[in-house]
Amino acid sequence: MANSNNERRVISVVVMNESSVLARVTALFAGRGYNIESLTVAPIPHTDMSHITIETKGNARVMEQITKQLHKLVPVYKVIEHEEMVEKEMVLVKFPIAENLSDIAALAAAYNGGIVNVGKEMVVAQVADEPKRVKHFIEAAERYNPCEIVRGGVVAIER
Amino acid sequence: MQMSGAQMVCEAIIAEGVKTVFGYPGGAIMHVYDEIYKQDGFEHILTRHEQAAVHAADGYARATGEVGVAMVTSGPGFTNAVTGLATAYMDSIPLVVISGQVPLSLIGTDGFQEIDAVGISRPCTKHNFLVRSLEELPRILKEAFYLARSGRPGPILVDIPKDITVDIGEFKYPDSVHIPSYKPTYKGNNRQIEKAVEAIKKAKKPLLYIGGGVVLSNAYKLVRELAEKTQIPAVETLMARGVMGAKNPLLLGMLGMHGNYASNMAMSETDLVISLGARFDDRVTGKLSEFAKYADIIHVDIDPANIAKLVDVDYPIVGDVAQVVQKMLPLLDDVNTDRYQAWREILKRYDELHPQSYVDSDEVIKPQWAIERLGELVGEQAIITSDVGQHQMWAAQHYPFDRPRQWINSGGLGTMGFGLPAAIGAKRAHPEKTVINITGDGSILMNVQELVTAAEYKIPVINVILNNHFLGMVRQWQTFFYEKRYSETDLTFQPNWVQLVEACGGIGYDVTTKEEFDAALKDAIEQDKVCFMNVAVNRFENVLPMVPAGGALFNMMLPPKIEKEGEK
Repeated sequence: MANSNNERRVISVVVMNESSVLARVTALFAGRGYNIESLTVAPIPHTDMSHITIETKGNARVMEQITKQLHKLVPVYKVIEHEEMVEKEMVLVKFPIAENLSDIAALAAAYNGGIVNVGKEMVVAQVADEPKRVKHFIEAAERYNPCEIVRGGVVAIER
Repeated sequence: MQMSGAQMVCEAIIAEGVKTVFGYPGGAIMHVYDEIYKQDGFEHILTRHEQAAVHAADGYARATGEVGVAMVTSGPGFTNAVTGLATAYMDSIPLVVISGQVPLSLIGTDGFQEIDAVGISRPCTKHNFLVRSLEELPRILKEAFYLARSGRPGPILVDIPKDITVDIGEFKYPDSVHIPSYKPTYKGNNRQIEKAVEAIKKAKKPLLYIGGGVVLSNAYKLVRELAEKTQIPAVETLMARGVMGAKNPLLLGMLGMHGNYASNMAMSETDLVISLGARFDDRVTGKLSEFAKYADIIHVDIDPANIAKLVDVDYPIVGDVAQVVQKMLPLLDDVNTDRYQAWREILKRYDELHPQSYVDSDEVIKPQWAIERLGELVGEQAIITSDVGQHQMWAAQHYPFDRPRQWINSGGLGTMGFGLPAAIGAKRAHPEKTVINITGDGSILMNVQELVTAAEYKIPVINVILNNHFLGMVRQWQTFFYEKRYSETDLTFQPNWVQLVEACGGIGYDVTTKEEFDAALKDAIEQDKVCFMNVAVNRFENVLPMVPAGGALFNMMLPPKIEKEGEK
């Protein structure tokens, strides 16, 4: 095969917005032994369709099979294996209020985000950026003792 | 017109032209059965197990090419049907299975006989539906039949909550379906077809590799024409037996784990595989890296996911095999058939070197003899079903199948217990034909209760039990690969077969000699009753040739060579 590496890929699946359609998609991954690294799903405005974005791994043959098998599902309209895409991921991180808030705010700002909530004991920062940069942000945030990190999964759109 | 959901189910079945439904009632499906009682648009056959209902509908579908219909209740009724769904799914058989479900308000509460039917059947159906309102029921029923038979066929489950079968609403059965996300490709790409035809003209050792898709697509006449016109030799998969016709000089035989020598050698040496409706199953290919090693591959399949799933393909053509071959034929008007003459001669020599053979005996009936004898006595007029195991392979190897849909077996899933209910379905579809289930002393007991169904409805299927007092295929592997440790395969303890079938309303024959075999078969056909022919065969016969699992196709264990007269 041209590419036997287990490369990271992002797939968009446009589906009919009906009950159990997400179960069909995820069951297909589970049943055929494909990986799901992350998954997001939401309705497409003004339609009866939903957009599922799946981050997965596999070599060229596996990717081809994933695409074809997804296409075989009756409620699937379209499968896009992204090549030239804009992709973003969101993350929320909770820090103790005692940490250096201006440092955290500056760090979050550097990654397209900021502090979005301040409570009595905790502060919540939000970042939305490319998945790679989100990963860097999380690494950088480690020194401020984050107590909870929630990543949102990838959304992507072809350029 | 106003009617109940249960009536809508019956009306849809009638509108689809279904004449026979196989099923088993129960709590959640009772309203539908109440309507079945009142109508006379179709007959209902009560099997004695839900699994058998689905297999019978499956046998009906395979024998006719039409959609088979089965009906079961919720919970255990449905779970019993799952093996039937999976069997049909693996062999792409068009079925609509209707299951009852607990009322909508009880779904999710672990109600009595509640189970998540759509969840369980998702990986073994082409598609499934849980009906959520009466309004959508007519559309779903229409879509179910359409999905079952279109594209790559397959089983569809429609799970209907009980209250929806009771509710009354407006019924108008749709004339057409509208599923924008489902558009199967039937016409092959013209450019790809032209390229494939050029490759055929340039090849020196082309080989037609014919799969079950040719049967499903009713393309056998076109495929025979293609072979005839080009004089390209052909091999068939287990699911394609009958496509070329046993007497066709271009047919080498069946390939794969129990394929004959010439077929497997042809696949190993060909320079162009023309795959028509086959899917490169592991039982066909053996070791993938050695499979058709020197060949380019043309792959015609209606399911794009089958293409390049296991082997790299040089000429992929997505489409219905009948339509693709139809387009290929005129492009091959100028094909030079002499070009493949040397290749045909090589293969002829291979077949003479190691023909499909066995050593016959005067003392005991050999299973291969029994199959060949059936072929001589009932031949092309019979429909043959089978269970799974040695008898299935011997039937596939030795029976002279003349046409598609004559051979009905569970190829993909390999379901023991398939043969008898499938034979019931096939016989109901073709009452004028002799229907013979070739089975073993292991498999037959897995749905033996269906003798009662066959007796009650006077469906006279003949069960030929090739009785070796073993789970023969597993025993064969134990002989070859497990140093003869016969773990749990010895079936020396047996029922009294004649008494068993008689207790269910049929006739039994104990057969130990060739004369008894002929006499029993003759009587069985005349008696017109469900029967057992309990044929004692030699215990340790092996299915040969055999390619050990994972081995290369050309590494076959071969049967002992029979010396012909005048040969040294």
